Parts: sequence; structure tokens; C-alpha cells
Amino acid sequence: MIDVNTKLTRRTLIRSMSAAGGMIIGFQVPGALAAVIAPKPWTTPTDGVEINAWLAIDADGTVTIRVPHTEQGQGGLTSVAMLIAEELDVPWDSIQTVFADMNRHVNYGEEYIVTTTHGSQLVRLQHPHLMQAGASARERLKEAAARAWGLDRAQITARQGVLSAGSRSAPYAEFAAQAGQITLAEEPAIKKNPDEWWLLGNSTPRIEVPLKVNGSAQYAIDTQVEGMVYAAVKSCPVPWGRLVSFDFDQVRDRPGVIAAVELEAVPGKTAFSDLQNGVAVVADTWYRAKTALDLMPIEWDFGSDAEVSSATQADTAHRLWEETGDVSNEVGGDTLGMIADSDRVITSEFHRPYETHARMEPINATVSITDERVDVWSPTQNQATPVMLVADQLGRDPRDVYVNTVFLGGAFGGNGGGNTAVTRQAAEIARQVGRPVKVIWSREEDITNDKQRPPVHTRLSAALGDNGLPNAFFSRAVWFTQNAAERIGPATADVAINTMPYQVPNRRHERHNVAAHIPTATHRGPGANQNGFIIEQFADELALAGDWDPLEWRIEMTKGLEPWQRVLLKLKEVAGFTTDLPRGQGMGVAVVEDHAAYCAACATVSVSRRGELRVEKVVLVHNSGYIVNPSGAIDQLEGSVCYELSHALYGGLNIQQGRVVNTNFDSYNLMRMPQAPEVEVHFALSQDGWWGGCGEPGGPPTPPAVANAIYFATGKRVRSTPIMRHDLSWS
Amino acid sequence: MAFKLTINGTDHEVDVEPETPLLWVLRDTVGLTGTKFGCGIAQCGACTVHLDGQPVRSCSTAAASAVGREITTIEGLSPDSSHPLQRAWVEHTVPQCGYCQSGQIMSAAALLSRNPNPSDSEIDAAMAGNLCRCGTYSRIRAAIHRAAEIAES
Repeated sequence: MIDVNTKLTRRTLIRSMSAAGGMIIGFQVPGALAAVIAPKPWTTPTDGVEINAWLAIDADGTVTIRVPHTEQGQGGLTSVAMLIAEELDVPWDSIQTVFADMNRHVNYGEEYIVTTTHGSQLVRLQHPHLMQAGASARERLKEAAARAWGLDRAQITARQGVLSAGSRSAPYAEFAAQAGQITLAEEPAIKKNPDEWWLLGNSTPRIEVPLKVNGSAQYAIDTQVEGMVYAAVKSCPVPWGRLVSFDFDQVRDRPGVIAAVELEAVPGKTAFSDLQNGVAVVADTWYRAKTALDLMPIEWDFGSDAEVSSATQADTAHRLWEETGDVSNEVGGDTLGMIADSDRVITSEFHRPYETHARMEPINATVSITDERVDVWSPTQNQATPVMLVADQLGRDPRDVYVNTVFLGGAFGGNGGGNTAVTRQAAEIARQVGRPVKVIWSREEDITNDKQRPPVHTRLSAALGDNGLPNAFFSRAVWFTQNAAERIGPATADVAINTMPYQVPNRRHERHNVAAHIPTATHRGPGANQNGFIIEQFADELALAGDWDPLEWRIEMTKGLEPWQRVLLKLKEVAGFTTDLPRGQGMGVAVVEDHAAYCAACATVSVSRRGELRVEKVVLVHNSGYIVNPSGAIDQLEGSVCYELSHALYGGLNIQQGRVVNTNFDSYNLMRMPQAPEVEVHFALSQDGWWGGCGEPGGPPTPPAVANAIYFATGKRVRSTPIMRHDLSWS
Repeated sequence: MAFKLTINGTDHEVDVEPETPLLWVLRDTVGLTGTKFGCGIAQCGACTVHLDGQPVRSCSTAAASAVGREITTIEGLSPDSSHPLQRAWVEHTVPQCGYCQSGQIMSAAALLSRNPNPSDSEIDAAMAGNLCRCGTYSRIRAAIHRAAEIAES
């Protein structure tokens, strides 16, 4: 349990007033559309009397909740406000949200604990802190009232923004100033039981939605700063290649062109957020900068990585399948020996290619530098990151760096650590040209130089016992990740395969983690997506080889595992799964754990004789332990079905000559409205003390459920993606 | 080259190369940032605006070609977010990240103006050029039906 209130000192209060750099996105909920305050430097929130870092109360009773997470469409603003309001006990329509000040957070005690919107962490990890902030503020308000009224705190009731005792009552606002000065001997406990909730668990419209229907929501790319110029950049298309030369003289006289700036990778520094070798052209509009950049002769030294392609990686994988890898998990006895000795062995091989985040908002950042302060607008999933990043790039004191939090036009894991390189670029270019700069990556640059989702090639074998269930299970995976980085390697590689729920008595999991030059990063449902597709199709292959119904097989193989049983039994109840359908129609099931949530899917497909696939419907049963905002969770689960089917059906980066070849939406295809299936979401919540995520787990089980359905419709098993590249015709 | 554009009923004098895509004139020159850049090659629909009521991809429309025509952006769809589509979008909490939604709404507005009560397949056909990475398609479809109802009532 954290104690948010030990920091409630007068010094904190004063500091927050003077050091504030956060941006008010101010709106009232529900009701009239709110005014939008454009993000610009030197905006100081005037949001009432601070009770603690998380919240302030205005004289008119407005409660301002400071949200230390960005909003990328995951509903974070609403969930954070709900979790605090639940314990604070204030009317929902008295709340407004603002983005919290990250300068204060980074430099003065990290009061907000978790500032990322990444890894489904917001509700999963932050909820106790948020609820504590609300409860601690509520008890301080009660204590302040008790002292004023000469009563004990236990005699005071705090409900819906009103403090009362007997015939006396006062709005919270009346005691806000005093409450901010109170130290309690012991912080109050937070509600643990959903039966006590009055707000949590009730579907609540996401509060920023009205801003997103009239063009007023501000994204980083919309930033406008006085005196700002624009930069278009081109980094080496073969990552980590070298810039040999560029000829700025050829374009310097074009209209509006101001400068060219060389960007240099620092040797030995190849982390997420660092610069690649490249060049920027700066002009008075982005279109002029981009046009000049495209016309400017640039010579690159691609180096030996230019020989890498999707095919050479697959060759490497096939070779490594024959070599022992790192053992990541081993259970029971001699798994390999048992498989070698068995006469009922199933072997299968799967491939997933690189995928790219392709958020609709192309990567961009704006930096404004003065002697006094540096302002940053960056589409990052961790608002605290740019403070240190920009301070590092510019050699400035982090106390001078202010992050102006804005909405993100999608992120999907790519804007966590993954795409802050553009923020370094903006800082560097702004320094060199001496003016505020907005850097925008073209879509081609965005896809070429994204930190991609890593590919995997996996071979599995299993031996069946007399009951038709597997008694030995072996997997050998080959992953390609940047520098074989630990963070993206094992953490991703082992998800949903090492941790598969199927209780096979003898198991051995191996992986090769191959260092590749193509940068990689987390990607919505990291690892669970790749491995889910693999493990859940192999599960069907094992079930059918052992003469089991695929859904009954999963129920049998997860016996005693409560969260899994809960979603599978519910799926059985609601989805109408059957293997008894005419040719050309199929249903398939899958279940994957991701970010401590368990999600089962049942997909229904139809496939014409000529092989035209239609995903008709996907039923999801989700168990994240608890749900804060059911309608928000449904939004996320519905969306993640389309998101992940985009990759499985249409996606796949094509790597040729060391670089991504399909760099825009004419060649990197995503799901469009006519292909979107009907999605039905059910909850089966354990409510057993653990909290899981909601933003990612809907994706991983969907593609394998579809692939399993395709098998029943056509007799064809699709062991690689994109599925649409397979011949699915049948006769 | 200087020329005059009529945007949301207001005349703007702009001085840009005539081939400059309308998108960048709207965003960088005029300062209307509700219209979004997504792909630059008319493949995602995030930049959709109306020219004389017809939906166009402003990233691939030369600004000079819009001279003398009525340009409508998301900011000009209604003065107060009261267009039936905007109301339906809020009612169905359609947007997630929201970045594509200006373009989605402008495509849908053009559809409803020529077909006040479209079927699912007519909606699919009209909206196929608008990508939504968050996957809000079923909400968009439902909200267009709802907007048709609102407009009727």
C-alpha cells in the first residue's frame, strides 16, 4: 500500500502552483460539449485547491482529477476518474479531468507511481493507488470538518460531495483548503469488494468522446507554436545503415526551405529511443519540407544488413530448428525422449512475420526551446519519458523540461519506449535551427522506421497418450529481435507458450533469440499474439488427433485452473460452438492469457469453394478479474478483434534488401469496414483479488479461432499469416 | 501563388504552390487541424473533406483545384456538434483514439446527404475507404443508422 499523503505538505502545494506545465483539456461530463484549451507552452492550470497530487476541488465543487496517463482511446481518462471518484464519493458530473504535470512527477518525487499507458497497466496496476488517492482525500475532508465542528471523524459522513453530521452539512469545497494540510495517523483502507461500489462496474461513457467528433481533440501532430517551423526526416531505410552524403544545395532555394540537419546514431547506443542515422529538411510548412527532402539527393551505406530478407530469416529459422535452443521452461521427465519413442506424434510448424503498429497518427513530435524552459509535445505512451529524453538530448536540467500531454492517435505499444526517437529528432533539430520545430514522419517513414513486432518461426511436437491427450509436448521457437534484447526477447517470446495452461505432464520449451538489425518493440498483446496463433492451432491439431472435441479438450486440459475454466465454460454456454457444420462453414475456438486476463474466442467463418473467406462473427468471453467500466472494456475488446485480424488476415511486413518494402496502406493492408465481423462480448469475472487488463487480451485468441474455423470449413490448416495469401479453395 | 479558398463559408487568401495538397493548406496555412494526415496517398480517408458536398481525400487534392468551390471540413460540419452524425457518434461512443473519426464522419455525412437511409452494404461501400486502426467499424455502422433516424425525426 502506498501512502500518497505523506507528500501533502505546503511545499508540495506551492510547488505545484509554480511548476505546473500540464495542459487542461477541460470538459464537463456529461452534458454540454466543453471548450478545448489548445496545448501551448506556459499554460498554468488553475484547478482549485489541491488535496493531493491527484485531485483539486474548486469553490464551486468541481473536482479536477489529474490524470498521469495519456488517452489513446483506451478509456484511461474515464477509468482514472472513476477509480478516484469511487472512493472520494463525489457526483460523476462534478468531475473534470486534466493531464497531470510530468515535470512535477519526474523531478519532485514521482507521486503518480505509474505514468505509462502501456502493457494494460492503467487499471491493472494503478487501481489501488487511484482508489487510495480518493479515499485518503475523503478522510482528510472528513477530518477537517470534524475539527471545525468539534466532532470525531467517525461522526462525519462524506457522500456525493457533501460532508454531514446530524443536522450540519457542508460541501467538500468548504473544507478543501484545510484538508490539504491534514496528516492522518493511518491511511484509510480502500474498498476491496465490488458489492461496495457505487460507480465502478457501471458502464460510463468515455468522457473525451465529444472532443473527437468535431475536430477539436488535440493530438501531438496538431500542435501549433508561434514561430514554429516543420521538419520532414528520412532515416536510413536499412536500420542502422550510414548516411554517406546529401546535397542540400540542390533544394536549398526551393520555396520555404530553411535548413538541412544531419541526425547521427551514437555508436553503441541502439536503444529504443535513440537516433538513427538520417537527415531532415526544415521548411516553413511540412509539405515544402517533405517535397524538398524527396528531391534532395541522399547517399546511404546500407552495410551487410542489406542482404537480409524475409526469406533469409526463414532460412535461418529452419536451420535453427535443427539446433538445441535455450531452454525456457521444462516440466516432468525426458520430453524429447518420450516423443522420439512414441508412435503417436504430431508435429507442426508455424510462421508469423513482422508487423507494424501503423497507428493512424503518423509519428511526430514538437519541441520548443527557450533559455527558461523546453516544451515537448510527443505522442508517447509514457508521459514521463520525454522529460529525461529531451533533457539528455539537449544537455538540459530535467527540471526545465515540460511535457504537454495530448491525445494519441493510436499507439498499440509502439509509442511506449518504442517511438520516442522522433522526440530526440525534434529536440536536436529545434536546437540546431533555433526555432520551435514540428517533426512529422511520412507514412512511408513511419512504417519503414517503426519498431516492428518481432517475427517468430516455431516448430512443435507432441506425443499422445492412450487417452488421446498429449503426455509430452515440445516447442522450439526462433525469434528475431533487435539486439536479441532481453526486454523484447524472452519477455515476449515466452508469453502464452511457456505459460500455456494445458497440463501436459512432460514439457520442454526452447527458443533461439536471434539478433536482427530491424528494431523491434512491444506491440498490443506482445508475444501472446504470435504464440496464441501457434499454440491454439496446435491445440486443435492435438485434440483432433486424439479424437477430442476442441472445446472439450481445452476444458479437460485446464481442469482445476479457475480463470480458464470460467471463460471456457461460459464460451460453451454462449457461443454455440459445433464442429458439425456443412463444408464451407466452420467454427473455431481458442483461449489465451494476456496481461493477466483470460480471453476465449469462438469464430464463425464461411469460405466459398473458390476460397473467398468471410469472418462472420467472433464471440469473446473475457475474464480480467474485475471490470471498472464495462462499456469501455467492450469497446476495447471489440476493437482488438479487428486490430489483430488485420495482421492475421492481411498484414505481414515484406522484408527485402534489409528494409521494409510495403510501407503504406496500398501495400500494408488493414481490415476495412466491409470485412469487419460482428463481435459479441461476454464477461466471466473471477473477482478473486487479481486484476487483469482489458486493452489487449481480445486480440490474441481471435486469429487462431478464425484459423481453426477455416480448418473445419475447408480442411486446410493455415500455419502462417497473412491468411489471405493462402489458397482456401475446396471441393 | 496567391489564391482564394472558401472554407466553411469563410474566404481565405493563401499563398502556396498551386499543387500543394489541400490537406496541408487546411492544417498548416489556415490552421484547421481537425482534418488529419494519415497516409498521403488517398488510402486511409483520415483527410476526407467535402468539395461542393462531395467527399474528397484532401491529401491528394491540389489546393488550386478547390478554388471557387465550397470546402467543408469537420470544423464546419455544424457550429455546435449538433449534426445527426456527431450526436450519434457520441451516443454510440464511436471514437477510441479518434484520429480517423473526422474523416469517417465526413465520409458518412456525404453518404447521408445522397442516401438518407442507407443499408449495411451501402454503408460498407461508402465507408470502405476510411481506415480505423482501433477497429470501431461496427460502432460506425450502427451510428450511421442512428444518425439516419435522428435526421428523420
